[in-house]
Amino acid sequence: MAPLSLQLVNLLAAVLLLIAFAMLSQRRVLSLIRLFAWQGAALAASTIVVAHSMSQPHLYVSAVMTIVLKVLFLPWFLHRLIDRLNVRWDVETLINIPATMLVGIGLAIFAFALATPISEMASTVTRSTLGIALASVLLSFLMMIVRRKAVPQVIGFLAMENGLFFAATSATYGMPLVVEMGVALDVLVGAFVFGIFFFHIRETFDSLDIRHMEKLKQD
Amino acid sequence: MRSRCGVRAAFAIIRINIRAVLASSEPHRRTDLTPSPRTHSMDTAAFAPAQLAVGVAVFWLSIAAASLFESERLRLVNRVLFPAAAAASLALAVIGVRAIAEPAQTLLLPLGLPGLPFHLRLDPLAGFFLFLLGIGAAGISIYAAGYFERETPQRLRLIGLQYHVFLAAMALVVLADDAYLFMVAWESMAIASYFLVTTDHRLAHIRAAGFLYLLIAHVGAIAILLCFGILQGGGGIEEYTFDALRRAELTPFWATIAFVLAFAGFGAKAGMMPLHAWLPEAHPAAPSPVSALMSGIMLKTAIYGMVRVIYDLIGNVTWQWGLTVAITGALTALFGVLYALMQHDLKRLLAYHSVENIGIILIGIGLSMVFLATGHPAAATLGLIAGLYHTLNHAVFKGLLFLGAGSILHSTGLRDLNDMGGLIRRMPATAAYFLVGALAISALPPLNGFVSEWLTFQSALQAVRLSDGVLRSLVPLIAAMLALAGALTAMCFVKVYGIAFLGQRREPRHAPHAGQHSGGDAGVLERLGMGWLALWCLVLGIFPSTVVSLLDRVAVSVMGSGLPQAALDSGWLWLVPVRAEEASYAPLIFLVTVLAVFGLTFAGVRWIWHGRLRRAPPWDCGFPEQSARMQDTADAFGQPIRWIFGPIYRIRTRAPSPEDAQPRFDLKVEDRLWYALYLPIARLVEYVSARVGWLQQGRISIYLLYSFVTLIALLLFVR
Repeated sequence: MAPLSLQLVNLLAAVLLLIAFAMLSQRRVLSLIRLFAWQGAALAASTIVVAHSMSQPHLYVSAVMTIVLKVLFLPWFLHRLIDRLNVRWDVETLINIPATMLVGIGLAIFAFALATPISEMASTVTRSTLGIALASVLLSFLMMIVRRKAVPQVIGFLAMENGLFFAATSATYGMPLVVEMGVALDVLVGAFVFGIFFFHIRETFDSLDIRHMEKLKQD
Repeated sequence: MRSRCGVRAAFAIIRINIRAVLASSEPHRRTDLTPSPRTHSMDTAAFAPAQLAVGVAVFWLSIAAASLFESERLRLVNRVLFPAAAAASLALAVIGVRAIAEPAQTLLLPLGLPGLPFHLRLDPLAGFFLFLLGIGAAGISIYAAGYFERETPQRLRLIGLQYHVFLAAMALVVLADDAYLFMVAWESMAIASYFLVTTDHRLAHIRAAGFLYLLIAHVGAIAILLCFGILQGGGGIEEYTFDALRRAELTPFWATIAFVLAFAGFGAKAGMMPLHAWLPEAHPAAPSPVSALMSGIMLKTAIYGMVRVIYDLIGNVTWQWGLTVAITGALTALFGVLYALMQHDLKRLLAYHSVENIGIILIGIGLSMVFLATGHPAAATLGLIAGLYHTLNHAVFKGLLFLGAGSILHSTGLRDLNDMGGLIRRMPATAAYFLVGALAISALPPLNGFVSEWLTFQSALQAVRLSDGVLRSLVPLIAAMLALAGALTAMCFVKVYGIAFLGQRREPRHAPHAGQHSGGDAGVLERLGMGWLALWCLVLGIFPSTVVSLLDRVAVSVMGSGLPQAALDSGWLWLVPVRAEEASYAPLIFLVTVLAVFGLTFAGVRWIWHGRLRRAPPWDCGFPEQSARMQDTADAFGQPIRWIFGPIYRIRTRAPSPEDAQPRFDLKVEDRLWYALYLPIARLVEYVSARVGWLQQGRISIYLLYSFVTLIALLLFVR
């Protein structure tokens, strides 16, 4: 791999991680969706760079899929959803944002520590980015935990999938195309299901605050 | 009438077949001792029994599917499908008998898991149980054709589907030669029978009975699964064939664990004592043909599993295991009959007798294990033969008795013995068949029950050969318990027959729904089904040495040794367990003698003495005005036993005070084990699940946190 493209992949990986942190600290839903779209774009760009420099043609397909699905369709869908639901409020968190950021830094360090022995075993040139991929998965998970409203949680879920995708690209030059298509389909279906659920949740509780769902617990 | 002739003809064919098999098998009877040559079915004749047996199972499954097309106009299930299933059962019985005489056959079906296609194997042991299944299912299916005549098509569709899936699953349990197919068939059997038990699922107590059955069946299935897991020992999936399990070398410790799991797992299905609780609930809940099928045949698949796993797969039986089985069997037998005596619901009573008979079977098998482990193969064979013979006998007579109870229920709407009385006048045919079943279960010669209990005693008498003093003194104790259980069984059936069929008609407390119950005798098909089973009670009782020589082949294939030649050379008339000098039994001579004495006495009284005939109410003790209320009730009949064995039961009585204007007497006899064992476990489970329920907070963040922490912990772990 040319040193330039290696640098490029590393740069994009850094962008990915940065966006993950940004999403963790972001209070507004609309900005969150924008950040999600940017993360998808960074992911697609890095996939294209890897595909080009390692001549892995099937990665082009997955890059196109990423752009169509995660950069264009899902953000549009989420925008439409929050318009319909009329939920353009600020995001509330369970823990305050600085504390979340500190936990996030801890997780990133943990992820890097975890990835070092694995990436030494891997044979791909992009292996150094595995830690970043893992970190962004964990950060997205953290975001799902600390957000109180349903829409940011779904964004967290989708961002987690970005991280997994990146891990696959960097560690093994992508999963088999069939698997990637399957995952993409899952994400798509998941988004629709979430969308339907949002309406139901709001219908039942007049709010998308998931605290209301505690009432569903059977005593 | 034509169908009756058909059944007779089929029966004749089976008889001829048994003869032919025995004749052909004599010269090479000891050739296929241990591991039977694994001939591939493709190499053998076009009509390999294994393929035919699978064919019968597939035929049953297709009948099950066809049942779904039942409609009011066609009456498909009753007119075509149940008789077809009965015909297939006869075919299966013939296949089973042929398989007993032939070396084991294997068959591979291209179904199942990748790497583990369905393995099937038909060896003498499986053949014997297929024979049992065929004989029992033939009678019960014909009976069912008559019994379900008045069902609505909607219900018949489901009954037909589940009934035939149930039959096919039982055949596949017996045929399975890998753990996977065995468990699939075993669970299909449990599920199909669960739905059959809950046919009347609108009634809450029937749902409860079904749930209890399903619960215990699954606990048992888990134990069996764990047992297979231990035997398999962590190889690949190909290692789950029975051949691989047979080869597995286990340390004595793990072998014992496997034995305990298999014994408990199959015991739960069989209704062994601490795990019997489902049986008296589920059998009465099910429609009568289903009760007959479950009690007569399904419990026997558990016996099959026990013999297959303990003798064949685990192997290296120890005498401690044998003693465990025998003692459990003796306790189960005594427990079953003592509780049966206290019942006044006919089907519950029969269910408790199933518990008792499973105990008797276990005594035979347990003694056989003791003898096998202490190096007395001939005595071990005798015990196994006694156990298997009783298995077959119980299938026949208990099926018959449940069918009889079904006919009574159909005709009168009664299940409570305290409401019955004088049924012999209204249902003479049913009364006659029920009498045969009652005599057979009471082990009276020349019927079949006697032979197998006698053989069990004979094998217990072999205890003198044992060198260990403790064992030698324990075995007679077990035999004594068996004797007590046998005597109490006879008492119990005196009670059933005397109270239900003899005496005067009692006023039913709640009049039977007019129109729904005919009040007359059983229909033609019902009689045909009962007659078929009654016939087998007689045949199995009169030709025991034929059956024993067939069973000897089964024992040879299971243990590698058979009865001593002296016993086998005794001919078809005399049944000799070990040596003619020790004991022998000739049922035909006995029957002829009994008939002769009876006939001579009758003739003597009739013609030589006064010869007058006078009709009078029996046992009126000179008291002129008798009413039905003066008769003994079922509860009254059991009272002495209730008094003697009081501590065993949980009794609650409410006796009226002398001044009571409207005296009422209430008696409730309950199972102590239910309160001592089952309810505490249920409470413990509830307590634990309430504690575990605390984890469920209802907050998504908490749930996500659980996954997150688990993920982090796992990541830390794999580092």
